[in-house]
Amino acid sequence: MSSVAVIDYGMGNLHSVAKALEFVQPGVEVRVTADHDQILSADRVILPGVGAIRDCMGEIRRLGIDAIVREVIDSGKPFLAICIGIQALMAHSEENGGVDCLDYFPGNALFFGTSLQDAQGERLKVPHMGWNQVWQSQPHPLWANIDDGSRFYFVHSYHIHSALPEQVCARSEYGVEFDVALTQNNVFAVQFHPEKSQNPGLQLLSNFLNWDGQPSCDPSTASSHTH
Amino acid sequence: MALAKRIIPCLDVENGRVVKGVQFLDIRDAGDPVEVAKRYDEQGADEITFLDITATHENRDTMVHTVEKMASQVFIPLTVGGGIRTCDDIRTLLNAGADKVSINSAAVFNPEFVREAADRFGSQCIVVAIDAKKVSRPGEIERWEIFTHGGRKPTGLDAIAWAKKMVALGAGEILLTSMDQDGVKKGYDLGVTRAISTAVSVPVIASGGVGNLDHLVAGIIEGKADAVLAASIFHFGEYSIPEAKRYMRSKGIEVRL
Repeated sequence: MSSVAVIDYGMGNLHSVAKALEFVQPGVEVRVTADHDQILSADRVILPGVGAIRDCMGEIRRLGIDAIVREVIDSGKPFLAICIGIQALMAHSEENGGVDCLDYFPGNALFFGTSLQDAQGERLKVPHMGWNQVWQSQPHPLWANIDDGSRFYFVHSYHIHSALPEQVCARSEYGVEFDVALTQNNVFAVQFHPEKSQNPGLQLLSNFLNWDGQPSCDPSTASSHTH
Repeated sequence: MALAKRIIPCLDVENGRVVKGVQFLDIRDAGDPVEVAKRYDEQGADEITFLDITATHENRDTMVHTVEKMASQVFIPLTVGGGIRTCDDIRTLLNAGADKVSINSAAVFNPEFVREAADRFGSQCIVVAIDAKKVSRPGEIERWEIFTHGGRKPTGLDAIAWAKKMVALGAGEILLTSMDQDGVKKGYDLGVTRAISTAVSVPVIASGGVGNLDHLVAGIIEGKADAVLAASIFHFGEYSIPEAKRYMRSKGIEVRL
């Protein structure tokens, strides 16, 4: 039976991620943990979380999660980062007056700003909260059976700006266009919450549980998630 | 293409059953909350709000258990409210699978609780529920006040100033119920909805008094709400969620279909 470690560093609700994984693959062993050996011995690893980046990075460093994440990434295991998880993988975030992050993906997390407007000049609220369309900018095994332009659930005030367009896997738009999924090798990172995005989100989690960590798209390995 | 306006069915739960009172009195039974939530999830609801309207100490465990069951079967955001007074209450509900909690009376009695909760759990999961009622007389400049205890007790607090204060303390969203219309199906109080939605930087959910689909449309277009909440029009089968979304789309509103 395959196992997946959900890294628990005290930031927000990890239970919905665990419950969604158990729903899409009954019998999967989900470990909600900060323990080095528990994480490194799992087949797959997820870095979830909600909250503010300063506290998030503070806990990641205090618990030694930074070194664990580096080790997981180097091991070649499929690794998925969600919401604050993607922001933690960037070089830097503007939140909390500026915070240095793990610097895995070149690029930054930028504030949406207080004068955000849509194309008609209507003021846009921040946080960006709710269901927005995700436009896939390159094929990837994690997009299997997910329509381009599907809506996913977001809640965030800072958005990803990648320095390397070839790492960008999907984009979205809210006053500005911004990156919502990045990938390199065995790492896939998303700004939205797949565990709260109903069918497309559950499909993405199912795809992750079937992913071998290789970036290539092999259609024979894709299995449809049936809800 | 843009962010979709959200439709949020609200489950008012009493003693483990979904009920809906007309102006908080005449209660009708609408079923098992987990079954009701699953039905709305399948229909394409954008979130579920679950309010424990009795919220007595004895009911606490039942409520947490219901949230656990709901969260293992429904994979859209789940907001839970009713009787939340401490950070331990919030922690228990988040651990049970709630994504956001709705704080109502406790914010009125102790505004610092909102700051404490937002600092500890993040603004994204702190919804402040505001029950507002118009207190100005016809001909006067419109003014709304905050009420507690199911709309019975006035507080003297100005609703717009209060909403701004809650956001400054860390509320990530405002759930605005206009009490003078709740349950009587005459639509949202669009005046107070627009006033608060344009005064604050965070999303506002309009609630109270929805009787037909035009009320949902008006809440978004005239009330400038970011999301619309309704209960009885969905519970008793008058309208389905897809029907409501198709109607809103026909009026030019971006929805998730």
